[in-house]
This record gives sequence, structure tokens and C-alpha cells, in this order.
Amino acid sequence: MTRLELRDVRKSFGALDVLAGVSLDVGAGEFVSILGPSGAGKSTLFQLLTGALKGEGSMRFDGAPLDGARFAFMPQRDALMPWRRVIDNATLGLEVQGMKRRTARERVAPLFAEFGLAGFERAWPAELSGGMRQRAALLRTVVQQRDMLLLDEPFGALDALTRAAMQRWLETMWQSHRWTALLITHDVREAVLLSDRIYVLSARPARVVREVAVPLPRPRTESAALARQAAAIEAGILDTLLGQPPIRIPDHPMES
Amino acid sequence: MAVSFDPLRRGDAPTSDRFSEEGAGPSPIGESQDNSQSPPLRGVRSDPRSGREANCLASRRTNAPQGGRSAVGTVFAKILPAALAFALLLIAWELYARLGGIAPTVLPAPSRVLAQAWENRAALGENTLPTIGATLAGFACSLLAAFVLSALVDFLPALRRALFPLLIASQTLPLVAIAPLVVLWFGFGLTPKILLVALVTFFPMMVALVEGYASTEREISQMLAAMGAGRWRIFWAARLPSALPYFFAGLRISITYAVVGAIFAEYAGAAKGLGIYMLSAKNNFRPDLVLAAVAVSSALTLALFGLAVLVQRLAMPWERAGRDGKSDPSNEGRP
Repeated sequence: MTRLELRDVRKSFGALDVLAGVSLDVGAGEFVSILGPSGAGKSTLFQLLTGALKGEGSMRFDGAPLDGARFAFMPQRDALMPWRRVIDNATLGLEVQGMKRRTARERVAPLFAEFGLAGFERAWPAELSGGMRQRAALLRTVVQQRDMLLLDEPFGALDALTRAAMQRWLETMWQSHRWTALLITHDVREAVLLSDRIYVLSARPARVVREVAVPLPRPRTESAALARQAAAIEAGILDTLLGQPPIRIPDHPMES
Repeated sequence: MAVSFDPLRRGDAPTSDRFSEEGAGPSPIGESQDNSQSPPLRGVRSDPRSGREANCLASRRTNAPQGGRSAVGTVFAKILPAALAFALLLIAWELYARLGGIAPTVLPAPSRVLAQAWENRAALGENTLPTIGATLAGFACSLLAAFVLSALVDFLPALRRALFPLLIASQTLPLVAIAPLVVLWFGFGLTPKILLVALVTFFPMMVALVEGYASTEREISQMLAAMGAGRWRIFWAARLPSALPYFFAGLRISITYAVVGAIFAEYAGAAKGLGIYMLSAKNNFRPDLVLAAVAVSSALTLALFGLAVLVQRLAMPWERAGRDGKSDPSNEGRP
């Protein structure tokens, strides 16, 4: 079932065309990535979705025109508030929705263990490591219980090792929760590891140049055979991004 | 030799015995440890140690066992250089006033200032209270006005363009000339003092707050907006807390201006207060009493400064957590 449906979405700032007609779909329980070079307008697309910007084209959710409050948004850096304890950062979205802080804390506290943050409820964000901060930010995002997650390069600021650990962790988390998620990234490996489908964007003005299905079983870090298949897909996407003629990889039937 | 080994002794516990044995030969290291330390060494030594403690959250929270004695020692070592310099200055002054044959009505020795201050403690105290009152009342008004106006300016940028040139102009007014006029207009009561204290402290506080709001991380605002928060909510939840460090930086500076402002106002005309006390002491050729009042006003300023630092610590507990626990490798757990 298609939840989010974008058709020919365009956005320009004055004479600068940023999005030149982007169309994409995200199904229920599907993990979809948008992959593109830096400055391609990926974040602009998210701002259109969250209503921070107005653009042209059709944006529908569950068949109806998109109205606010559908998405839980996780920004590029963790955006944790240094003046709130970790648990109060996690409850932020619920509080904005009007929930009492106490109730929100009770709702969020049981999730700390699953997010590897047990015992750090009362810590300040500055006391956490980079990976823990990202997990706290993701916790803050998912507890809002919106229809869909928007993840804007969530691991971009982490060191390579922590990033790899976080990607694997997110994959296991997604397997057990099956969030409907849209991820922005310019990390090809991250996209292939996490996604069911990948939309590859061109450089600005951005349009979808290729749609890649990733039909590999999960978890995708389990065997050497899986890693080889993933590497082949990565190579194909990289060729597209770098403007080389794509090598032939078998096209997989698109999920619907 | 003992002193040069000393940083290693503290910084590296397992080897400390060996070093103390080596050092014990030429000089009694045990005695030099607590009393005759050279201050810079202490300062250097305490920092790496606290950095190491930060590596473990648990030990940071219960850092008493290692600390007790050395924590007091660290504070002592931090203020020691300043105390020494101050004492040296006083001694030089004392010697110059006594041996230079200078009349006490021109330059009284610090000992005389102190003795006279004690003798006139009742009058000094009586005149200090109104100054404290004027300072706090004026500063409170200034803070309130700065907060309200800064919030308005944050919501209405056009207002900022209208107000800021006026505010900057207000900072160019020479206090010496303005103070008598304000007293002329508003009399000898509390009002002119409040106005003058506000005049010198309002602008720094206003600028601090406005810049503080602007320092809000863009992504925090974006995220709040995506959560459905309105402008008012974003102001309270993000912009105001983001401004706190700026606010306290401004507070520390302007609280020291506030005392000076109050004294200036009293100097221009008042029934009681340190300013008018200084003026009459000067007119009676009592520089010792002028200096005694100056010492009181300095102490008052320092006390208010200390209070501001204390309030900042209480109001921003996360700030210290950030300094101690940053990039803590032991917290990097696997999911």
C-alpha cells in the first residue's frame, strides 16, 4: 500500500532550480532512501514534506493531499537540546503534542534499554558519546508515533566505525519495528544496507535518475555472499552517481 | 629536584612511591607538598587529573574520595597568585605612604584606611545599604526591560531596526553629565538611581539576549517546527535556553557596571549612599574614608559578580557536565 506519493515536485529559489520534478512513492512499512550528491536538494525535499517550505507539484499521503503532522523528522546533526536531560529530550515531541511531561516520561522510559541508553535517562546530552546521541535522537523521533520517519543523513556526523555500528543497529531496529521510513543520505553503502528501494537523484536541479530495488534478505551483514551482492549494487549506483555508463546488473522487479 | 618530579607524582599514582623515594634524598618532599608549592605547578597538575576522571562517569559523580584535600588545595592554588599580587601591592603602598613622608590627608596608608573604615563602620554600613538597594532595584528593572524588549525584538525584526540605533546612542551619553540632569528631573529618591543603573546595564543585557536568541541551532528550530511547535513554543523551548550562556556573560559584565552606575547617581545627589559618602568624605579632606568607601564598593561588586557566577552554575548544570564528560570513550556501547 502506497503511503507517501510525490508527483513532479518542483522547487526553485529565485532563478535557482533546486528540484526539477521529483516523483517517488513510499509504501507502508517500507524503508526507502534518497541518494544524491551533496547540494542536490535532498534536504529541500524534506523541508517541503515537513511544511517548512512551499513548492509545486502533488504531495499525497494515504491518497489525500499532504497535511502537516504526518512525519517524525530526525535532522542531520542530532539536535539534542544540551539543557534538557536525555529523557526530556526524548519526550520533546510528545510534549509539543500537548502531553504532560510526566506522562511522556513514563511512556518513553521503557524504551531506553532497547536504544542502548539504559541508565542514561538522567544524563545530559554532553555526557553521551556520538553514537549514543544519535540513538537518543532516533528515540526522540520514533516515540512521536507519526505515520512515517524522515531521516536526514542521521549518521553523517559520526566517525566511520561508529557510523557502521549505528547502521547495523538501525537495520536490526527496523527489522523488529518495520517503520515506514524515508532516509536521505549520500552514503551509497548506507543506502544499500538499509533500504528496500533507493531513488538516485541527479546533481542540482535534482530529478530522479534511477530507481534501484534492493531485494536482499536481512540482516545484510550476515554472510559473504550477501556482502558481495550488496557490493555489486553499490558499484552500479556509484557509476550512475559519477556519470559513468551503468554496468549491467540484473533488474529486480519493483515492489509495489 | 623534588619540585620538578612533583607533577608526575600526582598524575601517575602507581609510580608515585618510587619518585618520592628518589626525591626524599636531597629535599624533604613531604613538607613541600602542601605548603610551599609553587602555584603554577599545582595548576598544571590538577587539569590532567580532572581530565582523567572525566573518562568514567561514575567516578566523576563521586569524585570526593580522590579529592577532599586536593580540591581545597586546587582552589587555594588558583587564588594564590592573585592574592599574592594584591598583598604585594598593598605592602608597597604601605611602605611608600609611611617611608615617603606623605601626609595621610593626601595618601593614607592601607592600614590607616582599614582602621578608619572599622572606626566608621556604622556610617559606612548605613550608606552601603541604600547603594545595594539602588543597584539591585535598578538592575532588576533593567533585566525585566531587557527581557521583554529582547523578546519583542525577536518576534518583530522591524522593531530591532527601530530600537537599536537609539539604544546604541544611549551608550554614548557621558554618565558624568547625565547623572546630575537625571537627579534634577527626578529628585533625590530612588527613581534617578534606578534609571541611571538601568541606563548603563540595559544595553549590554539587551544585546546579550538578542544575540543569544540568534545563536539557536537552526536544526533544533526546524525539528521543533516539524513537531508542530509554533513560534511561541520555539521561543520558550529553544531560543530562550539557547540564550542562557549569552545572558550570563552579559550579566557578569553589567552587574559590575550596575554598582558604578548607582554610585554615580548618588554622587550627583542623594540623602544616603556610598556615592554621597565619598563626596562628603572628599570635601572633608578624608581620603582615607573615600578609599574605605571605595573598598566597600569593590567588595560589593565582587560579591555580586560571585553571585552571578553562582546563579549561572545553578541555572545551567549541563554546562559543567559538558566540560567534564565530553567525548567519553567508555560510553561508546554497542547497541
